[in-house]
Amino acid sequence: MAKPRPMTDADYEALALGAWILGTGGGGDPYHSLLEMRTLAREGRTVWLLDPLDLEDDALVAVVGQMGAPLVIQEKMTDAHVMAETIRLMERHLGRRFTAIALWEIGGNNAFQPFLAAALLDLPVVDADAMGRAFPQADMTTFAICDLPSYPWTMVDIRRNTIVFVEAEDWYWMERMTRKACTVFGSVAATCKAPRTGREIKECTILHTVSKAIRIGHVVQHARARHGDPVAALLASEGGLRLFHGKVTDVYRRTTEGYLRGSAEIEGLQEDRGSTFVLDFQNEFVIGRQDGTVRVTAPDLICVLDSVSGDAIGTETLRYGQRVTVVALPAPPLLVSEKGLQHVGPRAFGYDVNFRSVFDGAAW
Amino acid sequence: MRHVGIDVGGTNTDAVLLERDQVLFSVKTPTTRDVTSGVTRALDDLLRTSRANPAQIDAVMIGTTHFTNAVVQRQGLTPVAAIRIGLPAARTLEPFVDWPPDLARLVRGRIFLLRGGHEVDGRPIVPFDRVAMRRVAREVRDAGLRSVGVTSAFSPLDPSCEEEARAILREECPDAAVTVSHDLGRIGLLARENVTLLNACLIDLARATTRAFTRALEASGIRSALYLTQNDGTVMRADYAEAFPVYSFASGPTNSMRGAAFLSGATHAIVVDVGGTTCDIGCLRNGFPREANNVIHVGGVRTLFRMPDLLSFGLGGGTLIDPADPSRIGPRSVGYELIERARVFGGSELTATDVGVAAGLIELGDRDRVAALPASFVKATLARIHAMIEEGVDRMKSDAADLPLIAVGGASFLIPDGLPGISEVITVPHHAVANAVGAAIAQVSGEVDQIFQNMSRDDAIAEARRVAAERAVSAGADPATLEAIEVEDLPLAYLPGNSLRVRVRVVGDI
Repeated sequence: MAKPRPMTDADYEALALGAWILGTGGGGDPYHSLLEMRTLAREGRTVWLLDPLDLEDDALVAVVGQMGAPLVIQEKMTDAHVMAETIRLMERHLGRRFTAIALWEIGGNNAFQPFLAAALLDLPVVDADAMGRAFPQADMTTFAICDLPSYPWTMVDIRRNTIVFVEAEDWYWMERMTRKACTVFGSVAATCKAPRTGREIKECTILHTVSKAIRIGHVVQHARARHGDPVAALLASEGGLRLFHGKVTDVYRRTTEGYLRGSAEIEGLQEDRGSTFVLDFQNEFVIGRQDGTVRVTAPDLICVLDSVSGDAIGTETLRYGQRVTVVALPAPPLLVSEKGLQHVGPRAFGYDVNFRSVFDGAAW
Repeated sequence: MRHVGIDVGGTNTDAVLLERDQVLFSVKTPTTRDVTSGVTRALDDLLRTSRANPAQIDAVMIGTTHFTNAVVQRQGLTPVAAIRIGLPAARTLEPFVDWPPDLARLVRGRIFLLRGGHEVDGRPIVPFDRVAMRRVAREVRDAGLRSVGVTSAFSPLDPSCEEEARAILREECPDAAVTVSHDLGRIGLLARENVTLLNACLIDLARATTRAFTRALEASGIRSALYLTQNDGTVMRADYAEAFPVYSFASGPTNSMRGAAFLSGATHAIVVDVGGTTCDIGCLRNGFPREANNVIHVGGVRTLFRMPDLLSFGLGGGTLIDPADPSRIGPRSVGYELIERARVFGGSELTATDVGVAAGLIELGDRDRVAALPASFVKATLARIHAMIEEGVDRMKSDAADLPLIAVGGASFLIPDGLPGISEVITVPHHAVANAVGAAIAQVSGEVDQIFQNMSRDDAIAEARRVAAERAVSAGADPATLEAIEVEDLPLAYLPGNSLRVRVRVVGDI
């Protein structure tokens, strides 16, 4: 058995960078969580990263994340104590203690929530998540794709209003109920999702995504340090594709139903001059059209990056005049399986388009 | 129209007289510790050489790095009471959390976290704790703090908590200057709060500096309006600058790049500005500085500012060079003491200017005083300086095609004649005072920040653009040069009728 390893300050810095890229525009900027994590680390609170393959089959694993609209997190930020409270609430509800915490969502701010809670609760964090990126809905997870139960859930807000969702018909109902509650709470809440066994984690998650995010962070950091092209380095490391380069000319944003929805228009520069790229988003980038033709859709990872620094740009930080590069990274195989696409394909987001991976080589 | 542009840099204070798009005269004088006497002297020199009648000057525009330098050098800052209204949100991330510790120590007077603030849909997070606010205001007064920064959650959507806090502070401590965050920033509490606190810590310095400028104008017999230049290449009136010094943060580089564009007529180019202390490299696109995408740090503090994309490193005419090792260059500089401490001026320090004189690149001071420098040393030092500039240009250049390079600044003689990826190195008349030229040609803006109701988004934005353009033109902008530099809309779900807050900023040449 591989030994758990302690997370270092350098790991957290790289995780913030990599997770924000894997956020595909959503998931919220991990910056505030990173600040809080630095403070906890300075207090000597070390968190251990556990290989999921080392979990006992009957281990009881908490799965946590902050739910809500990224724009709101920009104002209300994050609080490790509230996140830890959702886990304690779940333990009280179950009458059992957790052995570890897994990630709900590696993309964006939620990459840090398990670590923040783990630092306070003294539990290890499992190197796996239920999305391999960021998605806006609970039914867009590997647990939903694998038809695991969606309940119980616990939810806590900053005022310590608490809810236990004891049972739900399916993932869609759980999503609907929790989203309503989240909106009432001010469009952000800490949640502990349905608990998982060690075996379920091993079989029904995307494995080693924390390590992947840290690796991506290092690739970008190294490219910057040697004044190289961080975007090119990222694409080479992860087998990604460069889709478009241009300047943001319009951003339309609405916070509705606890989501941030909208679209961004990018006018081409250099070799893309004369062409226009439009990205629609629901927290995350869902679909990209070039001159009216669909070029890329979820679950392929659509990332908008600062052309110079390689930093991810989120749907809440997109701004008129920014120079950006749109890239695609390959989706984990489970997401592009037939069952996977029912949950996370373009139709799941309401687009009447069949999924064809931008990595299949065929032109749209 | 006769404009005077002044650039108050760390080393020199430059002034130019512009009439109908022509630079008539320019002067360069050393910056003084008190600022006023340096500006007065620059104005006197300019008026004397040009024989201009002070009464016929229409406007004076001053660009200064004074406020940025104060933050960077941690000097002249006022301790601030930081009041945040938003509990129980963001309890664990207090004000100053991401500031460099040494700067936070200087600026952090007291921190107060209060219950209140708003949700995204306009409901209060919790009711604003007015009782605690009054107690805090009295504590601010009793602690003798003269400047306060107030930030409330979602104040760009609903500023009422900040307004109430300001009213209470005015009652309890009428002498304190109050900066409220919704005047300065957008969504993003921590960055907005940082800018608010930066502004608050510069309040005393801003007052002293703008008054020093005003006195200098009066002493020179100039009666025209005084403007300070802002980050985006536009001007603000001096009384406004006194309340919002942060808006002038990056005006120096903006001025130098716009000045370079004006003097050379180039629209697409790399601009290299070698001054007394630093070398700043930027890109011109369509005559405007290319803007930085990423989060801007000022003195190590994360902000939401928009600034020119700039590479800045320690290399200027006053940069110190190790006489024993030509590869050890800077980053320390003798700054405005160049004319006392550099060898060619009779001093004992070896500076980049001394090397330039020894190499015959420029005639300054007494060349005999550097005659003893071995030719091999001079050559090796220059090679290293050229390599530093080449590397910087390469990093900033994003086009594959060759671009012209506009060399500006008092120490532009340090820039090599040819560089890879550069079609030609352009040196223009008055290049040494490009900053002051940029200040003199600063643009005017028209802004709209207004709530629109019962209108489609497209119509609301079009209407806001139209009004902003109108305001820019009535402020003196040439209609042919108008450009929207900021377009932003924010739905206000808590107001009826599809309410939308639209901000548009349009700028144009005078």
